[in-house]
Amino acid sequence: MRTFITLLGREVKSFLYSPIAYVVLFFFLIATGFNFYSGVSFLNQGPSEVTVVEAAFNTVLFWFPFVLIFPLITMRTYADEFRMGTIETLATAPISDSQIVLSKFLGAFIFYILLWAPSFLYFTAFEQITGKAAAVAAGAYGGSYLLLLLLGAFYVALGCLASALTNEQINAAVMTFVAIFGFFVTGLLGFILNSPSQAVRDLISYFSAVEHMADFSRGLIDSRPLVWYISMTSFILFLNLQVFQYRKWKA
Amino acid sequence: MIDVVNLTKRYAGFTAVREISFQVQRGEVVGFLGPNGAGKSTTMRMLTGYLPPSSGRASIAGFDIFEQSIEARRHIGYLPESTPLYHDMRVHEYLRYRASLKGVEASKVKERVGDVLEMCDLREKERALIGTLSKGQRQRVGLADALVHDPELLILDEPTIGLDPNQIRQVRELIKNLANRRTVLISTHILPEVEMMCSRVVVIHKGRIRASDTAENLLLKHRAAGEIRLEVHQPPQNTYAQLAALRGVKEVSEKMLGEECSFLLRTDAETDLTEAVLQLAQTGKWSLRSLLRRKPTLEDVFVDLTQGD
Repeated sequence: MRTFITLLGREVKSFLYSPIAYVVLFFFLIATGFNFYSGVSFLNQGPSEVTVVEAAFNTVLFWFPFVLIFPLITMRTYADEFRMGTIETLATAPISDSQIVLSKFLGAFIFYILLWAPSFLYFTAFEQITGKAAAVAAGAYGGSYLLLLLLGAFYVALGCLASALTNEQINAAVMTFVAIFGFFVTGLLGFILNSPSQAVRDLISYFSAVEHMADFSRGLIDSRPLVWYISMTSFILFLNLQVFQYRKWKA
Repeated sequence: MIDVVNLTKRYAGFTAVREISFQVQRGEVVGFLGPNGAGKSTTMRMLTGYLPPSSGRASIAGFDIFEQSIEARRHIGYLPESTPLYHDMRVHEYLRYRASLKGVEASKVKERVGDVLEMCDLREKERALIGTLSKGQRQRVGLADALVHDPELLILDEPTIGLDPNQIRQVRELIKNLANRRTVLISTHILPEVEMMCSRVVVIHKGRIRASDTAENLLLKHRAAGEIRLEVHQPPQNTYAQLAALRGVKEVSEKMLGEECSFLLRTDAETDLTEAVLQLAQTGKWSLRSLLRRKPTLEDVFVDLTQGD
């Protein structure tokens, strides 16, 4: 356990040492801030059925930067270690490969959570200033942030897997973007296809991050996406371990 | 300390290491020699648990490298080829990280890091970013990392490659000092280094072990043993025959250059023929221009063992 915390500490620190982390943090703050601002101004236009939380998490302005951050967060996790050769010192220390895979995933995930932490302030500030609730119920907050965690875990895992496949950060970033974009677009098919059958619609709804967010930000916490994201994340991490060992053993 | 039995590593299409077996006893310093691509690094990577062997087995301090890999790794301090390091960390920070990763107790980390900083002469640089260090300094950081958990066995993959002569001397001195109470397996291309440091040599070529012995024994046994070169001005007719008839001569070659003739005698290692040749020259009244005895070197043995297939 102590060695795992050491590993995790190194992973988190490696983010904080890289200038790109601050660039991502900076632009992400601007993007989410602007998104929140435009959500509030939308509500200012007149009576509406949505709450501030719903308005903030269901716009193109939310999804666009959201999808873009994962390649940037995860691209260096493995690619850099393979390129520099440090993977050899790491993997010959008395620690198991699954500890390495898990620490890299959690390290990136913790940085992702760090990105979202300031957004709490937006809603708190809104409630302080207007004296009105930003969501209908606590469940809407809980739901939104729960889905942010689940989606984040899944996309971070995808990014780590892509990074384990290559020596070059840029390749990892492109692969991650394509994979996430692929999942995302598959989820949108439901809006495009002409009257698909019920089975197809059910299947597509598993991929639809947009629909999940629409539900969760209203406080409707559905167990299907929960199970879907947790099992997909676990599966991707398992693949990640296999790929990591395969590349190491081929060296 | 190291026990290797029929260890093999196959990649798709070729075999990097073929059924090698050797032992290293506690306290030995063993030089692991071979040309590039001979399988040295592959063997070391298998011993350190980085690569799984295709077949065969090996154990470190009694722990199987595959079945009990984590336990085996605790006993090893490994310096990979080209010394990979995190360039964004500071020296002391990196060593503290490595120490706790390798299971040094939290209360002892500071002390151990201090010790290895001292040992590797890195005190002045402990706060420097690793990315700003020179190659020699990085090499010493790598060694400090290999030592930080006080392992019984050091596995060093070409620790002096790419260093300038002064740095090579420093690193070599350092390794010599470390060897006192540890077992060391070191791979290198620099043969005088091996003669200076190692109690035994294992020569590997094309994935097979060609020789495993002390440097002295290798020199004795090996046919590329010794040479005497002499130049004679207008040598008499029977010079060649006389030289060839000397005891211990294996081969004579001659080369005429105008009126000078140079002879090259190959001998085995035990016999020193300088006296005998001098006597011949005196009795035959040769006008001897030069007489040179070249002792066999490990390099001759190495070249001989690793040329051809």
